[in-house]
This record gives sequence, structure tokens and C-alpha cells, in this order.
Amino acid sequence: MSAFVQANLPYLLAGISVGGQYALIAIGYTMVYGILRLINFAHGDVFMVAGLVMVYASASMPMYLSIPLVLIATVALGFTIERVAYKPLRSAPRMSVMISAIGVSYLLQNCALYFTGGLAQMYPTIPWLSNSVTIGGATTKMVTIVTPILTVALVFALVLFIQKTKIGMAMRAVSRDFETSQLMGIKINSVISMTFVIGCFLAAVGSLLYFTNYPSVIPTSGAMPGLKAFVAAVFGGIGSIPGAVIGAFLIGICENIIKGLGSNWTIFSDAFTFVLLIIVLLVKPTGIFGEKATDKV
Amino acid sequence: MEKTLRKDPAKKIGSAIAICLIAALYILLFLLDNVLPANGFTLMLIPVLKKGAIYSLICVSMNLLNGFTGLFSLGQAGFLLVGAYAYAIFAIPADQHPAVYQYFDGGAIGFSIPEALGKLLGENAGAFLGSIICIIIAGLVAAGFAALIGIPVLRLKSDYLAIATLGFAEIIRAIFQWNSLGPVTNGSNMLRKYTSLSAIKIGSVKLATVFPFLIAMVCIGLIVLLINSSYGRAFKAIRDDEIAAEAMGISLFKHKMLSFVISSFFAGVGGALLAMYQTTIQASAFKSAMTYEILLIVVIGGIGSISGSCIASFLYIACNEWWLRFLDSGSFFGISVPFFRDGFRKVVFSVLIMVIVLFFSRGIMGDKELSFAGLVRKLSGKKAAQAAEGGDGK
Amino acid sequence: MSEKNIVLHVENVTMQFGGVIAVNNLSLDVPEGEIIALIGPNGAGKTTAFNCITGVYEPTNGLVEFCGLPMVRNFPHGKMKKQYLGENGDKYIHDPAISPTPDKITALGIARTFQNIRLWKSMTVFDNVLTAKHMRAKQNVFSATFRTSAKEERRMREETAALLEEQDLLQYKDELATSLPYGLQRRLEIARALATEPKLLLLDEPAAGMNPQETQELGVFIQEIRDKYGLTVFLIEHHMDLVMKISDYIYVIDFGSEIARGVPRDIQNDQRVIDAYLGVSEE
Repeated sequence: MSAFVQANLPYLLAGISVGGQYALIAIGYTMVYGILRLINFAHGDVFMVAGLVMVYASASMPMYLSIPLVLIATVALGFTIERVAYKPLRSAPRMSVMISAIGVSYLLQNCALYFTGGLAQMYPTIPWLSNSVTIGGATTKMVTIVTPILTVALVFALVLFIQKTKIGMAMRAVSRDFETSQLMGIKINSVISMTFVIGCFLAAVGSLLYFTNYPSVIPTSGAMPGLKAFVAAVFGGIGSIPGAVIGAFLIGICENIIKGLGSNWTIFSDAFTFVLLIIVLLVKPTGIFGEKATDKV
Repeated sequence: MEKTLRKDPAKKIGSAIAICLIAALYILLFLLDNVLPANGFTLMLIPVLKKGAIYSLICVSMNLLNGFTGLFSLGQAGFLLVGAYAYAIFAIPADQHPAVYQYFDGGAIGFSIPEALGKLLGENAGAFLGSIICIIIAGLVAAGFAALIGIPVLRLKSDYLAIATLGFAEIIRAIFQWNSLGPVTNGSNMLRKYTSLSAIKIGSVKLATVFPFLIAMVCIGLIVLLINSSYGRAFKAIRDDEIAAEAMGISLFKHKMLSFVISSFFAGVGGALLAMYQTTIQASAFKSAMTYEILLIVVIGGIGSISGSCIASFLYIACNEWWLRFLDSGSFFGISVPFFRDGFRKVVFSVLIMVIVLFFSRGIMGDKELSFAGLVRKLSGKKAAQAAEGGDGK
Repeated sequence: MSEKNIVLHVENVTMQFGGVIAVNNLSLDVPEGEIIALIGPNGAGKTTAFNCITGVYEPTNGLVEFCGLPMVRNFPHGKMKKQYLGENGDKYIHDPAISPTPDKITALGIARTFQNIRLWKSMTVFDNVLTAKHMRAKQNVFSATFRTSAKEERRMREETAALLEEQDLLQYKDELATSLPYGLQRRLEIARALATEPKLLLLDEPAAGMNPQETQELGVFIQEIRDKYGLTVFLIEHHMDLVMKISDYIYVIDFGSEIARGVPRDIQNDQRVIDAYLGVSEE
């Protein structure tokens, strides 16, 4: 038994760590979906851009400046995307907005390709986070331990924010009924912007933690984590923040356990996420914590 | 209604123009393949034409699903992959197997359909007929996959359907890269040396450009016939209002499945043609980014317009591979521009796409079709001269 | 009730959403060739009852028979087994549940219209009716694509033209369905339902949004099509004068349960019905 744990501990730890990072991205998806009913396909690419900004920022300024810069730049990017690409389509069919999101994703990837010249960019070593620690005989980076703690703390703060503050209340109202909230005098646009700001902030934090575990960033780095985080959001019941977090941890852990099964199965570590997605959609389409919605005839 | 249209002189003239243009196009393609010298111009033109024809088919197949049936599916890359692989697997000559499947003891399949037919009918006829048979197999295998996937996913609505089909495309990609299937799919290694477009000829007459046009035109023609039939109307009814469609006796599952399977069949055929064009294929290239690209072309052309999809495909491919190349080259008419370097073309391109999505969301054609009869009516008197531009052979 | 054949027989139908009973133990009969009305105040559960009959919802409990054959049947099962608040929860438990999709019910010969008009908005008037003929067409996807069933297509087009002619809609045939004035859209929706060749026509508030003049014309129109196509009509309506004028028998429901039934004259004078519509002052 202990030998089994010993052998699998690294994968489990990596799973919890990656799960926390997915959770931070997934919140962005789930909040945007909850309010706009939009799968923000560009969210994964925002996450990638955050990684690239860190690469360029850390090359020219000290760490204590570049980390805040990454957070601010990512939030600004998310805000701009919403204003430019989604706001004009507020009354358009849902498919158009989704296509716009795909277009933004395409644009961000191509811009990244242009600026990096297609070369993988070395991710800087963030002091302390990259330090090695040993837990139960498994050596890992500090970030592995920090991620779940930080994730839970941020989620806790977010839930408090949504429950206790006025804008949080407005968010809940808008996610219930877009039009009625508007009639009740809620400023829809500022609520939506706030959602994107929070989502992108968390994605930026997620990207700092995620890329610390990887040597480099490439323009398509955001696509897969983005999709997985979205699956996590669906899994937990889209629109539900705790659901997204639980889904993300589960996916992170399962994926790493599959990686631990042997090289023949590694190829399925990504596909597994989607198998999970399809099973959830078939058995309980609204996810674990989702609410049922019925069409009116 | 039918009768009045049949007597319409504009329609008569319109179809005459269309036939003439198509004939002219094929003569041009034939000349490009055989007579015209290979200079800088034709070397750029030929690949654009080939790829444009193939993409037209792929985009039309996606449009059938997304534009006409209202099913927002993002699984196209998966079906292209299935088609491309199904084609390649059956078209690799037996003596090339040890080289291609070098990590899998020469693979599990010991024959090639074009080669087997070649022995019966002669090499060229074998390649021609064999590749057509392989293309049909590719379509059928893709349709089979679609039928299996459709059972669970077609019950889902709008964005859930999108994400589930996207997920299935990723699962398909993983399965085709799986080492345990290596003897058939060659694992994550590429498939190559199969019958490609350059092998298609009759006698000494080369048909490398004519062939994809021919297949794409037949397939798009079939899709147009389907859309204008009773089933096409049922698809549109589902797109417009599912609940009303079901209340009027249109079985949602049956018709969604039909549309999904048919679209995937043609996506599979498109995948096979793409494999023939590229001469090598690898599963890792069929990522969701490919589906996005196809979707964006459909949007540029106009969701719900076949001719729009075709025009947009040729425009997209021509811009991407030819006309906007200078943006990557570092100079513009000899003047060096520092920010014109690798990748700038794609940036300009994606900005253009965003502009279309945001400000011209109906695309080039909206949901209208390009019709020569309509053009004739509009220009009545001036007729053909101006109409010649928008042809694109579809 | 006369000795006529019963076309639609609804028995103990209950529809419960979570803890809310939208339709409670509803039983009614629709005899052949008659016009039967289901009335009740807003939110009484009339449309829900329609949706249970046409397969849009699966009723929680109850039986619906069409021409003597069971068409929909269900009993509380799964989660609902414990939560069920209605009556007769064990009456149908011995027979297997039947819950066909709406298209299968339409194929049996029941067609409906919708409270909020649901025409296919990208299609012309002609295509709206033509598409409704799809279900009865003898063809498959190959024969339709390769035009080997062109004869069938021609027949569908001729019948559609004839139907539009009869409904006075032929002059609008090439216009977009949604560009028609409201009253004509209602009539087009009825024409589209007729194209499915029904025996029973369910009309969900056909006079909603019409002025008295249009409402009166609609009443005549409903009687006309009933006679012309040998239909049975079952309708939900709010316009009392219309209901009283054309229906042979009336069922009144409130809060999901039946509160009265009878011929128009009796219903008009029924105190319970008046109370339900006007409200009772609580002393």
C-alpha cells in the first residue's frame, strides 16, 4: 500500500496542483457563462497571453514589478475583449457571440505567434514558487503546495464577494434574469465588465502558477488548459463556482493519474477529460451543482 | 411555382451562363495541368485552386450542419481526420508498407485498393478508380463515426452540443494516435506514400487539379439537391423552430442524425481529398483550431449560403497562401517594412475576420445564393459580361 | 355527451413540476366532429394540459387515449415516486409507461397551433405549409435528393397550393411567413397544422391578440374547417363570446383542477366559473 502511494504520490500532487490552476481558469468560464450564456473560447488564450506578458515583463524589470504588471495587463485585456468583441453583439443570436469568441481566440493566438516569431518563450523562474520541496518522499516544486491553498483562499474570497457586496448581488441577479435586472436599474455593462475583470484576474494568477511548472510558453499553450477548465466548469454545473472548482480538481487529478499509467495511455490524458465531459452531459447535462432550466412552449 | 420558373427566360440564360462558365473553368484547369508552363504565377495558382476546391467542400459540409440544420457542431476536424486516415490507410501500396509502418512491422493491412485495381485495369485507371473508391470509403467511415457519436450528442442543445462535438473530435484524435492501434493508424507517426493527386491521370493526361474540382463539385451538387428537397426544408424547419418542427411531425432525432451523418460523410470525403493534396498526413494536425478555421470561413461566406461558403473558401485560401504572402516577407513593393515579418499575415487576417464577425455578421452572401438567373434579371440587357466575375465554378 | 366516437380521451392526467401541480387529475373526452373548449383563468394549466397531450411534456401520471388506443401513459416513478402529490398515483402502475415524442403524436393524427405563434421565420408562406407535408410524404432521403420521387414532390406542391387557396393565403405565398399581419399568421399556423392531415386539431388561444371583428371571423372559420376536413377541434381560449358561440361542450379548469363542465349555457351561469374568473371576496 505504502509502496503504491509512494509511486503515485508525485502524480497525485501534480494532479491537485494542476487541478487548482484549472479551477482558477474555470471560474472565468463559469462566471461568464452564468451571466452571458457564452462559452468564452478566448479565455484560454487570455491565460496564454498572461504567460507571455510575464515572459516579456520579467526580462526587463524585477519580479515585484512584473507580477502586478501581468495581473493588470491581463485584466485590461479581458476588459477590452468584452467591450470590443462581445458588447456590440449583446442582442445578436448566441451563435454569433460564440463565433466572435472563436475569432478573438484566433486573433490572440496569431498575435502571439507574430510577437514570439513562433519560438517557444522560456518562462522565468519565480523565486520561492520554483523552489523544490519534498513531501512524503516525493520531490516537487513549492508551487504544488501553494496552488491548492491559494485557489481555495481566492475562491473563498470570491464567494464572499458575490454573497456580500452590492455588485456581487447584481451579478447574481443578472445571471438569474438578464432583462429583468436591466429593468430594475442594474447597470448590465458594468456587471459584465466586472465579471470579465474577475475572471481574467484569476486566469492571470492561474497562469503564474501553471507556467511555473512548465519550461516555456507557446501561442497554443492556452488552448488545452482552457478547454479542460471549461469541461471542469460544465462538470460542476456551469454557472456554479464551487462546482467549477471541484470539477477542476477532479479533472486535474484524473488526468495525472492516467499519465501515471504508462506511456501507452498518456495520449488519452487529454481525451479523458472529454470522455468525462460527454458522460456528464449525458447523465446529468446540468452538471453536479447545476440547476435545471426548462423551455417554455 | 415550378412551372412559372421553368418558363422564366432569365433562368434559362442563367443556367446557360453557369454551364459555359463551368466548362470554361474545366478547360482552364485542364490547361493548367497539362499545357501551361510552370511559372511563378501558375505555381501559386494551382495549389490555391486545388485547396480552395477541397475547402469549399469541407465548408459546405459544415454549413449543411451549422447553417441549414442549426446544429452548432465543432467536430469537423475529427471527421476530416477520420476521412483522411481512412483514405490513406487503403491507398498505401503494399511494397511501401514496411517503410511507412516502420515501427509496426509493416502494419496490419497488406494491400492497397488503387494498386489492386491497377493490376486489373492498368496503373492509371487503377489509381483513378481506386482513389475514388477509397474516397467513398473515407466518407462512409466518417459517416459511421458520426452515427455512433450522434446517438449521445444530438440530444444536447446549442453550446452543449458544440462542446461535446469538440470533445469527440479530440477523443478521435487521441484514438488515432494511440500506439495500440499503430498497425492500422501508424500511431502518432505520419502516413505517406499513398496515392496522391499527382497520380491521377488518364493515359498521359494529368488531372491533378481537375480531380478535386470534379469530386468537390459532385459532392456540393448533391448537398444542394438535398437542401432543396423536402428533407432540406425539414432541416431548415428544425433550425428555425425545433418545437414547431416536432409538432408538425418532423422527427428531431432522425433529421438531426441525417444531417449530422451526411455532413460527416462529405467532411470525410473532404478529408480524403485533403490527404491526397498534402501527400502526408498526421493526426496531430487535426486540432480544434482547424475546426475554428473552417467555421470562420463559413461565417465569412455567410451562414446558410452554399455559394458563399465556396467563394469564401477560395478567397480565404488565396489570401492566406498567396495574396497576403507579402505581409510575411518583410517588404512591400520593394520597400522594406520592419513589422512585415513572419506571422503578420495571420494577424492582419484575424483582424479582418473580427471585422467581418462584428460589423458584417451576414458575411459575403448572407443566407442568399449566388444565382445567375438573378444576376441576369438584375442586369437585364447587359447580361453575361459582368456576371463572369463571381463564377468560381460552383 | 352524445353517443359519438370519442377521439380524445384524457384520464386522470397530472403534471407536477417539482412541488407544483400544474395539472391535477384532469379527465375529459373529446367526441368526434365536435368543438370542445378548455377554458380557465391565466395560469390555470391549460397549455400544460395541451403539452401533456401532444407529447411536449411527459405527464407525471395519467392516461391519454386517441381513437381508443393508449397514446400517452405514465405513473410517478423515479424521484417523483416519493414527491408525488396528486391522486391516482398507483392506477397506471401496472402498465408500461408510454411517452412518444411530439412528432409521433402528430403522425397519429393530432395537430396543434401555439399560443405564441411559432412559424418558421426564414421560410415563405408556401414553404411553411409545404414543410408540414414532409411527414406524410412517401420518400426517403435518397429518392428526395436524386429527385426520383419528383412525383411525390409535385403532389405535395399541388396540395399545398390548394390548401393555401382554400385558406385565402395563396396571394401571399412567396412572402416571408413572419411578414404577414398577425391575424393571417394565426390563419397560416392553422393551415400548416391542417397540412399534416390531422383528425384532431388542437388550437392554443387562436384568438389571442385579435379584435372582436377578427375573433368573430375566426369563429366562423373554425366551424368551416371542422366541416370541410371532417375534423374534431379542441381549443383553449380566453375570448368568452367566441367559446360560447362555437363550442359544443366546455371544460373549465382553475389551479390545474377541473371546476366545471357542461354546455355553454350552463357554464355561463355557473357560480364557480364566475368566481374563478372574477375572484371571490374573502369574508
